[in-house]
Amino acid sequence: MSTKSQYGEAKDNYHQKLMAKSIAILVVCILLTLICLVPIYILIVNSTHSSNDLAQNPSRFFFGPHLGDNFKTLMNNLPADAGKAAKRVAAQYSSAFNLGKGYLNSLIIAGFSTLLTVFFSAMTAYGLTVYEFKLNSAAYTFIIGVMMIPVQVSSAGFVRFMYSLNLINSFIPLIIPAIAAPAVIFFMVSYMKSSFPLEIVEAARIDGCTELRTFVTIAIPMMKPAIAVQAIFAFVANWNNYYTQNMILKNADYATVPIMVSKVLAFDKNVDNGVNYLCITLSILPIVVVYFILSKFIIAGVALGGVKE
Amino acid sequence: MASAAQSRIKSISYAKYGYMFIAPFFLVYCFFQIWPLIYTFILSFKGNQANNAQFVGLDNYSQILFGTGSSEGASAVHEEFARALGNTFVLWFGNFIPQILLSLLLAVWFTDAKVKLPGKGFFKIVMYMPNIITAASVAALYVNLFGDSKYYFVNATLMKLGMITDPVEFVAGPTASKVMVMFIQTWLWFGNTMIMLMSGIMGISPSLFEAADIDGANSTQQFFNITLPLLQPIMVYTLVTSMIGGLQMFDLPYLYHNGANFSKQLETVAVYIYYNFNKGTVDQANYGYAGAASIVIFAITAILGSITFYMNRDKDAIAKKKQRKKAEKQMKAKMKQGGLSI
Repeated sequence: MSTKSQYGEAKDNYHQKLMAKSIAILVVCILLTLICLVPIYILIVNSTHSSNDLAQNPSRFFFGPHLGDNFKTLMNNLPADAGKAAKRVAAQYSSAFNLGKGYLNSLIIAGFSTLLTVFFSAMTAYGLTVYEFKLNSAAYTFIIGVMMIPVQVSSAGFVRFMYSLNLINSFIPLIIPAIAAPAVIFFMVSYMKSSFPLEIVEAARIDGCTELRTFVTIAIPMMKPAIAVQAIFAFVANWNNYYTQNMILKNADYATVPIMVSKVLAFDKNVDNGVNYLCITLSILPIVVVYFILSKFIIAGVALGGVKE
Repeated sequence: MASAAQSRIKSISYAKYGYMFIAPFFLVYCFFQIWPLIYTFILSFKGNQANNAQFVGLDNYSQILFGTGSSEGASAVHEEFARALGNTFVLWFGNFIPQILLSLLLAVWFTDAKVKLPGKGFFKIVMYMPNIITAASVAALYVNLFGDSKYYFVNATLMKLGMITDPVEFVAGPTASKVMVMFIQTWLWFGNTMIMLMSGIMGISPSLFEAADIDGANSTQQFFNITLPLLQPIMVYTLVTSMIGGLQMFDLPYLYHNGANFSKQLETVAVYIYYNFNKGTVDQANYGYAGAASIVIFAITAILGSITFYMNRDKDAIAKKKQRKKAEKQMKAKMKQGGLSI
């Protein structure tokens, strides 16, 4: 009898301990969630306040009525009776943060880079897994070897080279190099090794399919999951790439979203905090929205050893 | 039983298609990566500013590494580079330690089958989120939230709560700004590291944990005796990629400042390189110093990279290759013998 009750006690204790542990973990997780989300929330809240309101009380937790006004300042669309100082602020912000142009430039660069990265990386991975040739393993070793070379290491030579080719203020040095993405190739090779049956290629050959057509019409559709994951990461990385864009694109007409943010950040005079916050909100909004739509996909991709930059 | 078509296909060599498929990568990589790397190497032996065409040998290296050389300001050049290297290490170390501890703890919790945690998926999504936000925007966001005077959100809120009486210089303060950059880096990367470690832990056979449970091991014992030893390869990988990533730390240290110029107390090696080759026209920039610093970083990365490469190599494939070669040798030897006997 006594052993039974002891056993029951131990069981109860075990459950209590487990419950306590679960609750502690939950509290920590909620805290971390707040640390992740509160800065973004305050950012959005502050972009709905005017600079004067923020100067009077910078510690605001709820939405204000001035989002529209901040937008008007940013678009340089002030009412005719606006003061000289306000007009100066509006002129400064609208010239540094040209919303439409910035989004378009970022979209062009990130979009084309992503297309080139996934297509040519899939192609290289296909070449390495399907065909046997003398330099195959040497090529693969090379790709793995250069995977970790940081972009900073060659950037001094890169910029000088681009100056000599007259490619400063051009999108070409930002888009074309996307063809060569060693880390993406590495990911795709391991994906193909695990889930691409080579018999299919042979079957296509017997049916008279050319090699390129086999790749485009058979291999690419079969690699869709890997391509989708890598496309998301490539797009995000290129959209966020401040380093390369800032050293190539000197002309304000070609400024991308990260460059515009850095310009707003560097203002010394005529700063309007409300508009500052609005600029930052607008710069992260598209990517955050897309992230929450695709989040499950992205998390799965990271778990697969998704490429980070 | 092979059909005529099949045997014909076997006799065709497809090797040339292999070269054709990998050619675009190698062409573009050589043009936009290898040549710039070689060019950087060449630039590191040339002078700075107006002397950028002149060959100066190892002068740039001796200036940045030892503070000796032809230039009058050689010791200042060395000091700046040494400070950048020191900052890089301090900032990396200060974000890696909290990041790996936090990620490891969360990864263990999230993969523990006994703990019933509601909203696991939601937590993962939220914790990874900072990682996808533009780093330039993150810097701008924190500069605006943590501004130095009482007119900014964090200082104003802390003063309202009575936790501080005078505003803290989160952006301009030498120590506070470093701590902030470490915090923001951790904020950006802990979700990523957590998910990587989680996939590593989930690769460990659950029967090991079950057996340990039955033997009466508690979760601390399980962590130190099962999880940690089996997680070692992924931990090494995380460590090395994080170190290489730390050497590249640029956006945040470069943009976390007041006004127009980056702050010297946050100058990392990447910022040093960028600042030197990116000031003004070609005749005003210090391509020599930038090139030499780049090559130093390249050497460090190469060492770190080869460590991971060595640890992550496909051991099965290598063993198979060895076996195949051995078999081939034996075959050849046998053939030779056979040939002789005839």
